[in-house]
Amino acid sequence: MKILVTAKRVTDPDAKIRVKPDGTGIETVGLEYKLNPFCENAVEAAVGIVEKGGGEVVAVTIGNDDAVNNLRTALAMGAERGIHVKATDDQLDSDLAARLLAKVFEREKPDLFILGKQAVDGDSNQVGQLVAEYLGLPQACFASKIEVAPGKATVTREIDGGLETLELALPAVITADLRLNTPRLPTLPNVLKAKRKPIAAVTPAELGVDTALKVATVAYEAPPQRKGGMKVKTVAELVDKLKNEAKVL
Amino acid sequence: MSILVIAEVSGGKLRKATLNAVTFARQLAAARGDTVAIGVLGAGVGGAAAEAAAFGPVHVVDAPALATCTAGTWAGAVADLAGAVGANAVAATSSTFSRDLLPRVAARLGAGMVSEVVAVTPDGRFKRPMWAGNVVATVEVKTPKAVFTVRSTEFALADPAGAPGAVAAAAVTVADDGKAKVVSFAPTVSARPDLGEAKVVVSGGRGLKDKEGWKVLDPLADLFGAAVGATRAVVDAGIVPNDLQVGQTGKVVAPNLYFAVALSGAIQHIAGMKASKVIVAINKDEEAPIFSVADYGLVGDAFKVVPEMIEEIKRARAG
Repeated sequence: MKILVTAKRVTDPDAKIRVKPDGTGIETVGLEYKLNPFCENAVEAAVGIVEKGGGEVVAVTIGNDDAVNNLRTALAMGAERGIHVKATDDQLDSDLAARLLAKVFEREKPDLFILGKQAVDGDSNQVGQLVAEYLGLPQACFASKIEVAPGKATVTREIDGGLETLELALPAVITADLRLNTPRLPTLPNVLKAKRKPIAAVTPAELGVDTALKVATVAYEAPPQRKGGMKVKTVAELVDKLKNEAKVL
Repeated sequence: MSILVIAEVSGGKLRKATLNAVTFARQLAAARGDTVAIGVLGAGVGGAAAEAAAFGPVHVVDAPALATCTAGTWAGAVADLAGAVGANAVAATSSTFSRDLLPRVAARLGAGMVSEVVAVTPDGRFKRPMWAGNVVATVEVKTPKAVFTVRSTEFALADPAGAPGAVAAAAVTVADDGKAKVVSFAPTVSARPDLGEAKVVVSGGRGLKDKEGWKVLDPLADLFGAAVGATRAVVDAGIVPNDLQVGQTGKVVAPNLYFAVALSGAIQHIAGMKASKVIVAINKDEEAPIFSVADYGLVGDAFKVVPEMIEEIKRARAG
């Protein structure tokens, strides 16, 4: 089975993000970048399927030149080769990212395309669904379990109210949720091996995609801050405050 | 033109969360001189359509192929409905239903989509959180049509319209694309209220250790008729079901009162609860980040503090 997976570069998920004073973006000085956690789940799922049943995992990223580093993380986890679509985050919206990925899909013709359910920077949670629609494929979003059989995938999804299991005809699009698996840490030999794995670079123009955006981000600001931080010493004091100050009892 | 709100129907009934999107749609309609209509789709949704009519005109697509929600089939139906009623915008309250479905609708309509809208600006732009709510972005939709999911915490439940709306069957033919089918659904069984609708939420973290430890929260939740929430670590450990996860990628809640018990307050968790009106944090570690967003923090062992607090609250209520 051939599986295409995403490997998006994101700011460190645990970093404190600050907005630039002029509102044009975020402060990037000193920020570290990592592979999007949901993409790690996607890569792990794909590699796991191929380890069991054979096949090939191809990882794709859209990003600046540094995104190649995060693509190599996917290669160190077990993807065979990488595709780097050269476009920076400020040139993209979810729709354009999806149309680029749809073109990559058409070139690669995989049986499955597994994406992270969202990127932890943009938090849009749209790309997998858009890709599925552009390609006319079935989807299973927010996957916590994937089983593949010839011509089909059975996917359990984490949805409001419980767990739903879907059966999809292949090819299909799946978006990975965090409980899908525990992504492996690349071993040193695999990190070294990943440096020799091939990465093909391609531009949006070469993919023949119209780069006009449907949604433009025009400003960034910090959210309203909570005035928290008050501590009480005893349970009695806490309950007194809840009753007489907050009036929530 | 009209703004079409896609209703969420569960067990034949209109989900209350639909009404948050109606409020958003009314705000947007007022700014643009548009009207609001509600689309009720599904199989056997006559009752839900009648409920929805209290809030505006309703367009119904009732078809057997919509009995279960598979996004490919549904996207065609919603996009066709938007076309049939002349809608230039489609909106729904953010949920796993709408997040799964609406991007496909946007692709069908050639529309830009904005996820998790928290505000409409006077000049017709939209605000939305990014980076786990640490940044609020203002975005502009460049396409003639637009699709939105909106945060229930930022748009109140809509009041009924002055006069009930008409309920009309829409001229939309639904065809199952046959590529996906629901084979089973394992519901989370709980006697507690829905996280998104509860006025009080009691959440626990890794500090409660295991299923046995988790039970310390039950009497507290009982006392308030509260919903129970959890951090990712607790869900990962299998202590509670997935749909109790509060945070960046789980539920976003804003109750009147939020108890954060034995949870440290990772960025991802705070993203899902910081809009709560009053936050109470109980944690052994006085350096825990949760204290920085809490209105009332108490440093202490949850297993000791929570039972004490329950007794104290009972006394305070009696007195």
